[in-house]
Amino acid sequence: MQRAKPFNVLWLQAGGCGGCTMSILERGASGWFEELRGFGVTLLWHPSVSEETGAEARTILAKIERGDLALDALCIEGSVLHGPDGSGLFNRLAGTGRSMLDWIRALAPRAFYCVAIGSCAAFGGIPAAAPDPTDARGLQFLGGDPGGALGAEYVSRSGLPVINIAGCAPHPGWIMETLLALSLGVFGRADMDSLGRPRLFADHLAHHGCSRNEFYEFKASADRFSERGCLMENLGCKATQAVGDCNQRPWNGVGSCTQVGSTCIACTSPNFENTRGFLQTPKLAGIPIGLPLDMPKAWFVALAALSKSATPKRVRENSRSDRIELPPAPGAKKQR
Amino acid sequence: MSRIVIGPFNRVEGDLEVTLDVDAGTVRQALVSAPLYRGFEQILIGRPAEDALAIAPRICGICSVSQSLAVAAVLRAARKAQPAPNGLLAINIAHAAENIADHLTHFYLFFMPDFAREAYARRPWFEVIESRFKATRGTNLRETLPARAGLLQTMGLIAGKWPHSLAFRPGGVTRAIELGEQMRLLALLAAFRDFLEKTLFAAPLEAVIDLKTGHELEVFAERQGGAGDFAAFLRVAREVKLDQLGRGPGLLMSSGAYLGPDGHRFSSGLFDSAAGAARPLPFDAIREDVSHAWMRDSAAEPANAETIPDMSRDGAYSFAKAPRLAGRAVEVGALARQAVAGHPLIRDLLTRAGASSVFSRVVARLLEIAILTQSADKWARDLRLGDPFCAEDGPTRDGPVTGFVEAARGALGHWATFRDGHILRYQIVAPTTWNFSPRDANGAPGPLEFALRGLEVGDEGASSVAVQHIVRSFDPCMVCTAH
Repeated sequence: MQRAKPFNVLWLQAGGCGGCTMSILERGASGWFEELRGFGVTLLWHPSVSEETGAEARTILAKIERGDLALDALCIEGSVLHGPDGSGLFNRLAGTGRSMLDWIRALAPRAFYCVAIGSCAAFGGIPAAAPDPTDARGLQFLGGDPGGALGAEYVSRSGLPVINIAGCAPHPGWIMETLLALSLGVFGRADMDSLGRPRLFADHLAHHGCSRNEFYEFKASADRFSERGCLMENLGCKATQAVGDCNQRPWNGVGSCTQVGSTCIACTSPNFENTRGFLQTPKLAGIPIGLPLDMPKAWFVALAALSKSATPKRVRENSRSDRIELPPAPGAKKQR
Repeated sequence: MSRIVIGPFNRVEGDLEVTLDVDAGTVRQALVSAPLYRGFEQILIGRPAEDALAIAPRICGICSVSQSLAVAAVLRAARKAQPAPNGLLAINIAHAAENIADHLTHFYLFFMPDFAREAYARRPWFEVIESRFKATRGTNLRETLPARAGLLQTMGLIAGKWPHSLAFRPGGVTRAIELGEQMRLLALLAAFRDFLEKTLFAAPLEAVIDLKTGHELEVFAERQGGAGDFAAFLRVAREVKLDQLGRGPGLLMSSGAYLGPDGHRFSSGLFDSAAGAARPLPFDAIREDVSHAWMRDSAAEPANAETIPDMSRDGAYSFAKAPRLAGRAVEVGALARQAVAGHPLIRDLLTRAGASSVFSRVVARLLEIAILTQSADKWARDLRLGDPFCAEDGPTRDGPVTGFVEAARGALGHWATFRDGHILRYQIVAPTTWNFSPRDANGAPGPLEFALRGLEVGDEGASSVAVQHIVRSFDPCMVCTAH
């Protein structure tokens, strides 16, 4: 799998929390760096892990800016802060006197690919939450609207717009699989959805494969946290509306948000940060407002009523308990 | 006098700029700057109280569980909730995993690579250290990163994912752990212990935990633990004299760590290195000073303060406010935690030196890895599987409340005021806000600024590797510092 020439990656952190880097460090059977090396991917500089500091780091950035050092992928983690007053000075790149906004605009034209790591860099993310104190934007989106720091028309030298590896934080696999596909030259426009997210995770819903699916089917809902039932009806879960293969691959080797009974807050979606009341399902006349993606409301109401009336006793009781009270009993008399 | 600006100061969490005024090869004054502001406190205001559980952890992807737990503590206070004992134990296991992972990342990825720099190429130990600890290439990384990922699987079991989980509640955790999961936790912790005992310490954890004096530590490095990475550090530290580098201001603070059914695993308090004694921590004596921050004037008490930027303030050089305890800069972190908790080795190192140093900060972190791995195993065994993991909590009462926890890097405080179930005020003072604070109105420096003052950099100036050691010895988390 070794490439003839290295695939040069520059990773910078803008207005974020560093969590995407923490996520990617979980990657690889022999660690992230070994995996990168195995594919000929070179980290030109990464703020958390590279040896070069201060003037040494500035030299690398200057070479890239001048075009003296090939930049195959520019990876930006964190939202691009435009404030105050468009100056970007809420986020200076230390030691350079320049804002990250300025650096990103200077480096992006040099990049063969430009990659937003996480929902902040993709869409603005948490820092863009109302009242948006810093005028935070994604690289190429502000929420779900094209634009952002680089503008709707920006394409990297490959001809691709910014690739948005959404998620807060994204699964390390989403980041790495995208980077590897880019390094191998097999990732194209058709591999991105309308919001620039790699379809390798964005073609799925977080709901797919959820361990609470049986409770969902019968609308056997948890009423309070730690109960085993479905989290959608009462506790704010948006897994039926949020993209991500979150329940088809394990997080931290074994888990997922809904698996442990914590609500999906749709962290892969633009504007997820502007939810008010993350942990409560908004309802109108007792019916959740946010219905599963592409499901007609009348059908949802009819099916919910029908399935609630058909809920087996086992499912109903377990949904309101923090542990399995009634295990499946093959051959037992059917009970409702 | 010449002025040196070091930045981007990397292999720390977040953005850091350090300015040194150097005269005749000696640092006369250091200015430490946090150059990123995102406005979390403003974002929290006006939202439903529980939304802080989703927003505040995202201040920091490194200490996100600590931020979650500070929110949970605040909500617990506002709801007068009694957490389920199992919930506290499960929280402590997850919190220990985060903090161990942080300490491990600091040692192997951030701190040790500086000894593999060219500056040390002529030292007799260089080749060994370079091969083991070189940034992104050292042989340790093939073992360290998978061990870290393995440990964080405990987070997958308890919290679903890391960083940024919503599993932590005022009453406990959202998942009741069952027998199979308890066994998986124990197996993961056993595998991690194995890594520590083979690689980091090359000795049983108990041999590290039981060290009582600096002398015993030296013997450990030469004999029982001689083959480990800890011993490699200890030998280099002695040769480079890290115990004489980066002396802190003397006062160390811990807000109490790992709340269990029977109280804190590590108690809260203040430790005075010169006096060698601990005393209670007056939480209500915490104030914030904005005289050198790009912040608007505001109440000095965190409970009444706002965090609104003002780029036009004369003399300002950081987005971090300067927290002070009864007017004094204090150092926080693993060293402070273990000093206050009374670990004999840490007390011995501190009282003999009379102050904290690069050396004692690193030793305390590694010691804590050993203690926490042992404690997490006990917490996992103590779970009573038939009992609840999350207690009911009532409505959020109006009024001011506080929540304190210890993050890996030290004391983390949240001050909140709620009204009608919504957030009226919210203030956060994070560990590195203490350690990397700018000067206050009296001109008194923050702990790092203090520790850099008087450093001999000679002709090396900005490339002085001693500056790198001192700064990184605090394991700064800049995204928490200003938020």
